[in-house]
Amino acid sequence: MALELYLDLFSQPCRSVYMFAKKNNIPFEFKKVSLMHGEHFGDQFGKINMIRKVPALRDGDFCLAESIPIMIYLAEKFQTPDFWYPTDIHHRARINEYLSWQHTAIRMYGSKMFWLRLLIPKMIGMEVPKEKMDGALEDLNNSLNLIEEKFLQDRLFIGGDQISLADLVAIVEVMQPVGAGLDVFNGRPKLSAWRDRVRVSIGTELFDEANRDILGAQEIMGQIDPGTLELFKPKILRFYY
Amino acid sequence: MELYLDLLSPPCRAVYLFAEALKIPYEFKSVNLFQGQQYTKEFGELSIIRKVPVLKDGSFVLTESIAILQYLAQKCSVADHWFPADLQQRARLSEYLSWQHLNLRFHCSKVFLLRALHPFVMGSEVPKEKMDAAMEDMKQSLDFLEEKFLQNKQFINGSKISLADLVAIVEMMQPLAVGVDGFKDRPKLLGWRDRVKKELGEKLFNQAHEAVLNSSDMQQKLQNNSEMQKLKSSLSKYFR
Repeated sequence: MALELYLDLFSQPCRSVYMFAKKNNIPFEFKKVSLMHGEHFGDQFGKINMIRKVPALRDGDFCLAESIPIMIYLAEKFQTPDFWYPTDIHHRARINEYLSWQHTAIRMYGSKMFWLRLLIPKMIGMEVPKEKMDGALEDLNNSLNLIEEKFLQDRLFIGGDQISLADLVAIVEVMQPVGAGLDVFNGRPKLSAWRDRVRVSIGTELFDEANRDILGAQEIMGQIDPGTLELFKPKILRFYY
Repeated sequence: MELYLDLLSPPCRAVYLFAEALKIPYEFKSVNLFQGQQYTKEFGELSIIRKVPVLKDGSFVLTESIAILQYLAQKCSVADHWFPADLQQRARLSEYLSWQHLNLRFHCSKVFLLRALHPFVMGSEVPKEKMDAAMEDMKQSLDFLEEKFLQNKQFINGSKISLADLVAIVEMMQPLAVGVDGFKDRPKLLGWRDRVKKELGEKLFNQAHEAVLNSSDMQQKLQNNSEMQKLKSSLSKYFR
């Protein structure tokens, strides 16, 4: 049985896994899990991942959730080039530091901005109060500032001269609010230059393909029936609103 | 090697317990969060993120407990069970370390911060609705800890203790500081806690948790200096 990756490319961590697997020519079967249609609540998917989140991996009997362990598993199993997750202790630590920090920083605030701009207004039937939007933007900007000032500094990539898992994980989170119509690269030449390098490193065709759904999100989300959003409402409002 | 720690912080306790249990030589550098020492100029020069723990090994400075623990495991060639070399075992452990940031850690912290700091930051007790929501989220995380990560195993990664247990236990202890016992009516988690304590050494475990379990002192420790205004301002957004 081929290795299976359960993905929805609207999800940031799914995009990281997808780009990593494709870039490294890792053979896998793409199993689409449409979040907007609640497919992650289905019985079948529950057997793959009882936490009901994507991405998820199935390799024979072995099931794994969480994008970071998934990519590290793939890197090791398929012996991808060292620069993705270097064996050198200091290099690896630097990348691990980013991978850890990002969960409650850019990931949280980028996601929040996406939900607040595109979907929460539909859920609550009104515009999000200005104070909440301003607070969310401030948090997002703080995270972007730290990416520039601490994690990138004058380096080409987060880990140094070459791309790594840290850049893959970072780029998808930074792109999420862009999908909601907020150009985070505006006024940030360092971040823009890094994005361009990441895009070239991954391969422009693969990068653009992986980002097609999220960059078309405004149009797609605009057509969503508020009824569909009922599934997400309690959790999302509690977490982001 | 220096470790900048405040044992009130769960990730600091994880690093402390690991270093102490494995007798890794280091210098304990205290950073008093309730006095706002994370906002001093000196600390900012060490780490612009202004959080603890921080490791300084020669000129190499590293933040984030998960990264620090893995660095120490790799550098000090610790016993394999802490961070197994086997591909699937390591993946299983890493799955927990990744999941916990926005789940167990996030929700246990929230319960603690709401009870312990809401009055200091917002000038009033935490609204019941907010507290109930936080407790419900914490309950869900504990359910997953039991049903997905621990199941019927001795420890999260199997028959031996690993980094995952360290990282989990310190988060579960935090709400106890404000009288919320996550272990109550959960014999599986109680059994696991006792095993973890035994592996680490009861004396060490209790010592690491002494500060956070003396909650009566906590409100008095909170200073109202200029550094703490920064903490107030960042927490007030979190509480809104």
